Amino acid sequence: MIEAIRECLGQEMEADNRVVVIGEDVGVLGGVFRATDGLQARFGKDRVVDMPLAEGVIVGSGIGLAMSGLRPVIELQFLGFGHQAFHQIGQQVARLRYRSQGRHALPLVIRSPFGGGVRTPELHSDAFEAFYTHTPGLKVVAPATAYDAKGLLAAAMESDDPVLYLEPLKGYRLTKDEVPDERYTVPLGKLRIARAGADVTLIAWSAAVNVAERAAEELSEQGISVEVLDLRSLNPLDIDGISESVSKTGRVAILSSKSASTVWKHQSSASLLLILLIR
Amino acid sequence: MSESRFLPNFESIAPFSRLSDSGILDSGESPMSDEAVLEALRYMMLTRVFDDKATSMQRQGRFGTFSSVRGQEASVVGAATALDPVKDWIVPQYREFPALIRHGYPIENFALYFMGNPKGGTIPPNVNMLPMQISLAAQIPQATGLAWGLKMQGGDGVAITFFGDGASSEGDFHESLNLAGIVKAPVIFFLQNNGWAISTPRENQTAARSFAERAIGYGVEGVIVDGNDLLAVHEVTARAVAKARAGNGPTLIESVTYRTGAHNTADDPSRYVDQQELEKWQQKDPVERVKNYLRSRGIWNENLELELLDSCAAQIDAAMEIARNTPLATSEALFDHVYAEPPQRMLDQKHDWAIRNGGDR
Ligand SMILES: Cc1ncc(C[n+]2csc(CCOP(=O)(O)OP(=O)(O)O)c2C)c(N)n1
Ligand SMILES: [Mg+2]
Repeated sequence: MIEAIRECLGQEMEADNRVVVIGEDVGVLGGVFRATDGLQARFGKDRVVDMPLAEGVIVGSGIGLAMSGLRPVIELQFLGFGHQAFHQIGQQVARLRYRSQGRHALPLVIRSPFGGGVRTPELHSDAFEAFYTHTPGLKVVAPATAYDAKGLLAAAMESDDPVLYLEPLKGYRLTKDEVPDERYTVPLGKLRIARAGADVTLIAWSAAVNVAERAAEELSEQGISVEVLDLRSLNPLDIDGISESVSKTGRVAILSSKSASTVWKHQSSASLLLILLIR
Repeated sequence: MSESRFLPNFESIAPFSRLSDSGILDSGESPMSDEAVLEALRYMMLTRVFDDKATSMQRQGRFGTFSSVRGQEASVVGAATALDPVKDWIVPQYREFPALIRHGYPIENFALYFMGNPKGGTIPPNVNMLPMQISLAAQIPQATGLAWGLKMQGGDGVAITFFGDGASSEGDFHESLNLAGIVKAPVIFFLQNNGWAISTPRENQTAARSFAERAIGYGVEGVIVDGNDLLAVHEVTARAVAKARAGNGPTLIESVTYRTGAHNTADDPSRYVDQQELEKWQQKDPVERVKNYLRSRGIWNENLELELLDSCAAQIDAAMEIARNTPLATSEALFDHVYAEPPQRMLDQKHDWAIRNGGDR
């Protein structure tokens, strides 16, 4: 998956010289997970910038870069340190279009790895995606496959809306699937049926999709047919896609790699119920 | 063996000034032509007229909470007149009315903003500014990135960002100065030290003798200027702008002034402002100082003053008329301009609101 992300960044930078990459250690090192490996050598120090270690100004200056006419891709080294920039993301990135009544578009992408499973220290494994789905103005995507990682990132970079693009730490090296060489996009807000089934819909995103697929496999041995939905995008949420599956199976479960009491899970199940009931 | 020692104990520096309290220019040449000073004075007077109008509108319940510029007119106008609206950007806090108006933001939009109409946020396409910022200091990183981006693309525009002494305690201020120093962003950090952050005095914001000297720690030049001296503020800002344009990086300007009004229309400064101190600063009124200067140049008189006041009042009245005649925002307007491509759920919600409000316009 990490190669797919890197390839996408390279292709988009090649195609559009307004794209700049900023973040901690993104230059010579190529990022702590190597997502930007080789980009500085190819595109120069002006387009791939090692920033001082301060997330607030990394995101905040990214906003300014976007307003100046560039299309920044910001790497937050770990989402657990996103809170150092939370005010810039939630109240600035997400709201400047509205605040300026459409004058200032913010075509920027914030990429960040999140979630656990690779023995990182505390704070490096936080799965804070829920916070960011509560801010209108921001889009949040979380690919589960390498194919989607490339296509969703290209779509995010093409979008005139700011996008938080979340990468599963666990999937960086473990997730391997076919990725075409050429450029392509995967539309924001359209889910993927990871496995077709008839008895129950199991909704997941990012690294949890793989867990859901394995669970479905086990359950199939007991004669239960599980349909696994990979949301791909947490906002916009593909309500039509979910509703189509649930009307077919009549049952729904949500799986995430978060604590059982997270708001996103509850909020999404509550709004799902509401939406399905009023249809 | 080298000796461990503390850095030198800097003497506090007197702010740079050009005009005496009574408006007499020092022996040097004026940094502004008489015409430019007259134009600047008009913006300062326009601000007083608008502040009075806005305060009375707020008392009548027609404006929301409003912060006036009272006492800081020379500080804001002196800085603004050093900019070229065609290529330079303003990244404001919320107390910079005349700077925004000079840059091309319509007065009626400013008024609509305080009337709670989202249309007030509309910035015309050719006006180089960001919306007013309520989240203190959040605009400072944005200005830094904007200036840096202009430079990256080979332009020679600069960005100026305004903020208060209080805002300068936020991390965003420090992170921004640090980054601007590293990338040599063409940005001017214009810190208005007006003595107060609501009721918190300047002494509670920093133990440093001046705000300007904090720049040293970031490898950035800092300067301190008498914020009630139009000519001095203009001169210092013009120098910082020229320096930034020439590729020589950022400047932190501390403009020492005083908020002679309340923090905003909801504030009661009698609970914390020392009356004697206030009177001392009222004696240094920035508008009177400019008038005295022009008098000393032989180009100011009662008639001119009345004429100017009339034309300011007419301009404000005309803008208020437009604001009053602007239709109220519909509740659906809440959903406009949130996204370039809004998610279906939001479009559904907008539709629901429209139906529930029975065709509310
Ligand atoms: C981040 C943040 N914290 C608190 C507030 C509430 N608040 C509004 S104005 C203000 C004081 C600001 O003081 P200063 O920066 O000196 O600007 P001034 O009002 O004096 O121009 C405070 C605390 C806010 N708007 N934003
Ligand atoms: Mg203040």
